[in-house]
Amino acid sequence: MPNAVKKCEHYEKFKVYRDKILALHNDSLEKTIAIALSLCLLCAVLVSFAAVALKPLQIGNKELDMKKNILDVAGLLDADTDINQAFDERIEAKLVDIETGDYVENMDVAAYDQRKAAKDPAQRLAIPSEKDIASIRAKAKIAKIYLVKKDDVIQSIILPVHGYGLWSTMYGFLSLAADGQTVQSINFYDQAETPGLGGEVVNPNWRALWNGKKVYSESGEPVLRLIKGVVDTSKPGSEYQVDGLAGATLTSNGVTNLIRYWMSNEGFAPYLNKVRAGENQS
Amino acid sequence: MSAILTSETKKVLTTPLVNNNPITLQVLGICSALAVTSQMSTSLIMALALTSVTACSSAAISAIRNHIPSSIRIIVQMIIIASLVIVVDQILKAFAYEISKQLSVFVGLIITNCIVMGRAEAYAMKNPPLASFMDGIGNGLGYSLILVLVAFFRETLGSGKLLGIEVFQLAKDGGWYDPNGLMLLPPSAFFIIGLLIWAIRQWKPEQNEQPDFKIMSIAHGEGGHH
Repeated sequence: MPNAVKKCEHYEKFKVYRDKILALHNDSLEKTIAIALSLCLLCAVLVSFAAVALKPLQIGNKELDMKKNILDVAGLLDADTDINQAFDERIEAKLVDIETGDYVENMDVAAYDQRKAAKDPAQRLAIPSEKDIASIRAKAKIAKIYLVKKDDVIQSIILPVHGYGLWSTMYGFLSLAADGQTVQSINFYDQAETPGLGGEVVNPNWRALWNGKKVYSESGEPVLRLIKGVVDTSKPGSEYQVDGLAGATLTSNGVTNLIRYWMSNEGFAPYLNKVRAGENQS
Repeated sequence: MSAILTSETKKVLTTPLVNNNPITLQVLGICSALAVTSQMSTSLIMALALTSVTACSSAAISAIRNHIPSSIRIIVQMIIIASLVIVVDQILKAFAYEISKQLSVFVGLIITNCIVMGRAEAYAMKNPPLASFMDGIGNGLGYSLILVLVAFFRETLGSGKLLGIEVFQLAKDGGWYDPNGLMLLPPSAFFIIGLLIWAIRQWKPEQNEQPDFKIMSIAHGEGGHH
């Protein structure tokens, strides 16, 4: 078995070198470099192994989490829902050109990542500062939206929205009825606002207040906003108001601003107009 | 078993719990103790992550302690600690996704946690791997104990829950308890840790530091011009 013998020889040689280096004085230049290099190599192998081996699980977690958020905002999430199955059966992802409001059919919907696109100079649009009420500086040219349909009729339109609060950019989904006007639900899935104050944007009780609110005034302006304190439902115009978050004025303003931005002509208004006109049914 | 549980092992495992607690006596690792203790679940995962990193890094550093060139000593320790923290972070993202989202940067910040570096320098550089491993576990447990205590007060008083299960029914849900919002903010951990240090030093007065200097009383009339 010449091969095994050869391997053995290599190992013997390696051992000789190793012992030579280990026998050197700790502070000698050779040993310092040898220790640094071998340690880096060893740690690099450890880290890359962990990163590569666990990657599929991590990606799976992320996708499952996103599907869960979308089902939640669509009102289709129960404790015993099989998330993957429910998502595949009920939700249809679509790409929309933000400026024209038309569907984009020639791209792979599943592979498109709107948040990545918003960082890519080739796929994004800079927002002039006077229009940038949500403080996001740039947006992706193409948005990924989700539709819930029943017998080919749209039940819910789920739109990705984001904007700056007090500490963080809040990412969420806004679910509208097919009229593009009535809010069904809102769900912030990524935010780092103050826990207990601004962080209450994830509170189910507060989120329930959004159900049935209206986005656009009669002149077509997005006027839905958070107010200070509690909405008086007996007053006219209360359908355009949601309770503000107590002790979190800046987060509340951030939510108002991001809704107004994404519902304006800068955001999804062109798309919603086409849905209402019946052009975007398919 | 008796070989493992020598008196030295017992000592390194138990003294960091109260007598030489890394948070309350050495006052290390305060930043993460403030940041992650608003909930019990995040505190437990953070405690587990820090304990395993401290134990493994101490053992690894101890194993090569006789061959670490002194000129790059700190860098060698940092590389080992940082690699282990990245591995722990990856594991959390794969197996405890929800919690890792809440812990966000604080897992990565274990790299800069003074407890890990402190144990590497103070103990692992001079002691054999197994003892260093136990020392890491002991100090991790000392850190965990304080984290769990702080989280217990913050979660129950701040949101009326423990591990997400309701213990006090909140006023807004028709109960009697009006939660203390301050408890959800990081400064509340300062108060709780301060009270804990006070309580421990009442119990064990030998932990009180000797004053560095005495304030001398100045005789009347010799003071400055006021």
